[in-house]
Amino acid sequence: MRVLRDTYGIKALEVMFARAKAQHRAAFLPYFPIGYPNYAASLATIKALADAGVDGFEIGIPFSDPIADGPTIQAATQVALENGATVRRCLEAVRTLRTQGVSQPMLMMGYANPLVAYGTDTFVRDARAAGADGLIVPDLPPEEAAMFAGSCQREGLALVFMLAPTSNDERIKLASAAATGFIYVVSLTGITGARRELPAYLEGFIARLRASADKPLVLGFGISSPEQAREVSRLTDGFIVGSALVRAGGESVEAARDLAASMVAAIRN
Amino acid sequence: MAELYIRSDISDLPDARGYFGEYGGRFVPETIMPALDELEQAYADAIADPQFHAELSHLQRTYTGRPTPVTYARRLSEALGGAQVYLKREDLAHTGAHKINNALGQGLLAKRMGKRRIIAETGAGQHGVGTATAMALLGLECHVYMGSVDIRRQQPNVFRMKLLGAEVIPVESGSRTLKDAINEAMRDWVTNVETTFYLLGSALGPHPYPMMVRDFQSIIGTEAREQIQAETGQLPDACVACVGGGSNAIGLFHAFRDDAATELIGVEAGGRGIDSKEHAARFADLDISRPGILHGTRSFVMQDSDGQIMETHSISAGLDYPSVGPEHAHLRQSERAYYTMATDAEALEAFQVLSKLEGIIPALESAHAVAEAIKRAPTMPRDSVLLVNLSGRGDKDLDTVIGILGE
Repeated sequence: MRVLRDTYGIKALEVMFARAKAQHRAAFLPYFPIGYPNYAASLATIKALADAGVDGFEIGIPFSDPIADGPTIQAATQVALENGATVRRCLEAVRTLRTQGVSQPMLMMGYANPLVAYGTDTFVRDARAAGADGLIVPDLPPEEAAMFAGSCQREGLALVFMLAPTSNDERIKLASAAATGFIYVVSLTGITGARRELPAYLEGFIARLRASADKPLVLGFGISSPEQAREVSRLTDGFIVGSALVRAGGESVEAARDLAASMVAAIRN
Repeated sequence: MAELYIRSDISDLPDARGYFGEYGGRFVPETIMPALDELEQAYADAIADPQFHAELSHLQRTYTGRPTPVTYARRLSEALGGAQVYLKREDLAHTGAHKINNALGQGLLAKRMGKRRIIAETGAGQHGVGTATAMALLGLECHVYMGSVDIRRQQPNVFRMKLLGAEVIPVESGSRTLKDAINEAMRDWVTNVETTFYLLGSALGPHPYPMMVRDFQSIIGTEAREQIQAETGQLPDACVACVGGGSNAIGLFHAFRDDAATELIGVEAGGRGIDSKEHAARFADLDISRPGILHGTRSFVMQDSDGQIMETHSISAGLDYPSVGPEHAHLRQSERAYYTMATDAEALEAFQVLSKLEGIIPALESAHAVAEAIKRAPTMPRDSVLLVNLSGRGDKDLDTVIGILGE
């Protein structure tokens, strides 16, 4: 059966942020790529995380040349490609997860070229039909937003842009104006990957963004432990965990679920 | 006041967003977007500064050995029995290839910007050697990413880079060739952007690189255009250059862009032939190559039906790349330039022909351009002039060629 959701797209994200805010915490959005360690296991992992009480998802679409990703996600998405992960299969995965009762917002996250190859308008239409709520393209700066902005607006899907510690005020305004749903805040100057410690400047950086950006802020890159989750939960509207969960998911569905559950618990206390 | 050395005509492409028609742009993670803005501004300031031109011009003359000559290939022309073939001798530039032109230009820019840590990618090793050389000269720290497959087939250049004081970092991801070296260099840049200058070696990547690399390489065509007229009293009927990323080709073509009677011909790597699918002919095989986005720019990209980047093949590491500079995509679309290809076998044959008839051992990359001259010259009248960009010398390729031809 297909899960009936009251809202979808940008609206669904608004509801997600409002609920988290009412509970005095940030929303927790794990990243997981389709096809890792294999297709079935990636779906089982996402379903298990949904049941563990995460707030939303970034559904990773694998790409052969992921320039913003560190070794963990590079290796995982390479395995996924060898397992036959395609854009079409990733959309199918979202459709299947919806029929399995996953109701949290899901954003498709993938590099530009596979989406261009699929057809940008067709992709956004099919993503909406499959049950996705938004789109994050790490190599698409706001300057090139036009490629997806029209179709996302038509379909009511969020189009998320990123900001980084290197972004100046002008770029903060640019991303804030272009983004719908939320702004993805890259916590550090670097590529994805678990880090032992969060950068010391984080609080000031978030404050600087708050001053000129009027969209929810979701922090990603380097968050890997329940302690870090608790720490960022005080600062932002949401946070993303990728590499640490991908590494756990490579071991077993249970390992990923347990890590996610410990983070869910950490931000609720 | 020194003459402005790099001609920068504001009516030229790219446009303000870095587009050459439909191709180009900036498709990179946000973290490096501010660095691209900074680079664009610093480059604009530099080329408006006569001091920068004077410094670069002085190094080109006293260090690189410019101008490089144009050589009449008499015996080759006689053997072909058609057009008179002339060679623009970038193989005689210091380090043995045109890559030094860009490395010095960007190196001076890095120094101006106060960046002391330089990273670069390399395929054949020519850009790595050019960069390592320029950094030794300028006293800057140099790290070169190189695919482990390329390291194996270009040993002499690896040794050269190390000798010049550069660190060569092997890249083990993906196909372990140029494409993956660029991925790693971009990851390094994303991580160290505040202290690091990415010295990109070809006319590709995000704006302003395709423009900046073209401008630094345009000295090739600017010199050749004067030299060939002085030598023959006419403009060439055709200019031929090999195209990997396309920096030597765009450097030659740029000066001739308004000479409508001069045909511009780019030669891609046909590898084992188009039907084999083992090649790097982005414009020749439209089954597997179409407009897409790789390494920050929109251009033709060899990819599967799902948009995953395909591995390419060429006998020459410098042409072994699945995309091509965006300005070439535009020149092709606007029909100002024509693109063809030469196979590994044709390049290898041309490599030997030029060695035997002219006493010039070309780089395997440049041998692709020579192969096209061998095909084309016989179809042209005897009073016509064909100018070939001999972008590099072939010493670095001797191991590869020995491996194929034997002793």
